[in-house]
Amino acid sequence: MSVYKKYVDMIVRYYPDGTIRPMAVWWEEGKLYEIDRILDVRPAASLKAGGAGIRYTCRIQGHETYIWLEDNRWFVEAKGKPRSQEVS
Amino acid sequence: MERVILHSDCNSFYASVECLYHPEIRNKPVAVGGEPEHRHGIILTKNGIAKKYGVKTGEPLWKAKQKCPDLVIIPPNYPLYQRFSEMARKIYLEYTDKVEPFGIDESWLDVTGSAKIYGDGEKIAREINRRVKEELGITVSVGVSWNKIFAKFGSDYKKPDAVTVITKENYKEIIWPQPVEDLLYVGPATKRKLNGIGIHTIGELAAIKPEYLRAKFGKWGDVLHDFSNGLDITPVAEYDSTRAVKSIGNSTTTIRDLKTEEDVKMVLFVLAESVGRRMREQGFKGRELSVAVRDNELCTIAKQCKFEKFTNISSEIAEKAFWLFRKFYSWYRPIRSIGISVSDFAHDNIPTQTDLFCDERQRIRMERLDSAVDVLKRRFGNYCVQRASLLKEPTLTRFNPKDENTIHPIGYF
Repeated sequence: MSVYKKYVDMIVRYYPDGTIRPMAVWWEEGKLYEIDRILDVRPAASLKAGGAGIRYTCRIQGHETYIWLEDNRWFVEAKGKPRSQEVS
Repeated sequence: MERVILHSDCNSFYASVECLYHPEIRNKPVAVGGEPEHRHGIILTKNGIAKKYGVKTGEPLWKAKQKCPDLVIIPPNYPLYQRFSEMARKIYLEYTDKVEPFGIDESWLDVTGSAKIYGDGEKIAREINRRVKEELGITVSVGVSWNKIFAKFGSDYKKPDAVTVITKENYKEIIWPQPVEDLLYVGPATKRKLNGIGIHTIGELAAIKPEYLRAKFGKWGDVLHDFSNGLDITPVAEYDSTRAVKSIGNSTTTIRDLKTEEDVKMVLFVLAESVGRRMREQGFKGRELSVAVRDNELCTIAKQCKFEKFTNISSEIAEKAFWLFRKFYSWYRPIRSIGISVSDFAHDNIPTQTDLFCDERQRIRMERLDSAVDVLKRRFGNYCVQRASLLKEPTLTRFNPKDENTIHPIGYF
């Protein structure tokens, strides 16, 4: 299964001390996935998607998944082929 | 106490970052190179696969394509490399505040004082190597030694993705058998001279009496002696993110080769105006001028000279640069690129010692003229006022070095 870099629409909470916490991911139209728990935060590269930034290890509906914050955009390692409008 | 110095070098930096961002080309020969339409068409970096085909840094893109027809050439993306460079530096700064960058992809670290917290040099080197791989997705080679020169040698010794420790016990076996040109600052000219007197390896150089080297190379002789024997004691500078500006320079690869003095004069005026304008903006005057010329065979020569007085007057910089150029360049080949840089700065309100042979009023008028032109350019764009001499060939002189910023490597001294 091929993997590509997919930028995602995020809901993020900013705390008064400046820290941020991703709350939920908009996945395509109308599908909002809430992040149940953040298990780990660290700087890391994604060799599969091609990028580097702050990596959040999140639990979403029982599944563990990585979400990256790179500069000021969020991306995930998405499976399958990118749809034409996603190629940037 | 013996120092512990690391030199960390990102392997094929630009190409590695591009390969990280383009997973589909990771298994192909990749090079990062300038845009051919601007004639900046040379290889800046290549990955390991391209290296196997014999692709070399600095060679024109067409030549590289001949050697390796499948070569993937990517135009450079400097802001991205800058971001990675800063990310790497951030890791280094966790281990010591003495981090001295050497260009965009290399740094020295003095971790002498960190041993109690993080372990010995080798342990820190391995940790940095691992962390850069995990956090940045690129590899570094790290050299560990007790001086900067051998640390740098160590990072070049084994690549990519390696740690080399050079100790007082093993340096004679590792470094001394290597050719002299592997030593930092032994360039083609020094190599030729050393080979001429029968010195081919670093060990042979180390064995020569410093008096003899001094007679042959002047003060460089002592430097060579110290470098080859591991006696260099140059400290690793403390990292300062707001580092003081030491020099301001611009260079350009012109759209066609320069063949006459007239061509060079025009281009020097454009560069001098940019350098002068940047110096005035930042409030500097300088006293030292350096002119670098690269001919169409990619051989570079650089020469320096001093101004009699601190200056930031564009025309003074241009005329001095042209004078220096005429003194050292003998036109054995046409010129591909040329650059000037001014250093040895003082604040621009420094008092000037006048003398009988210089019309100081004229200089003040020139300064006023420059600042008037600066205002015009700021308000109406770079090309609103130009010297008539530049209009002889507008295609050659219509470039704006001030705003088309470039990245320059930093010197050791």
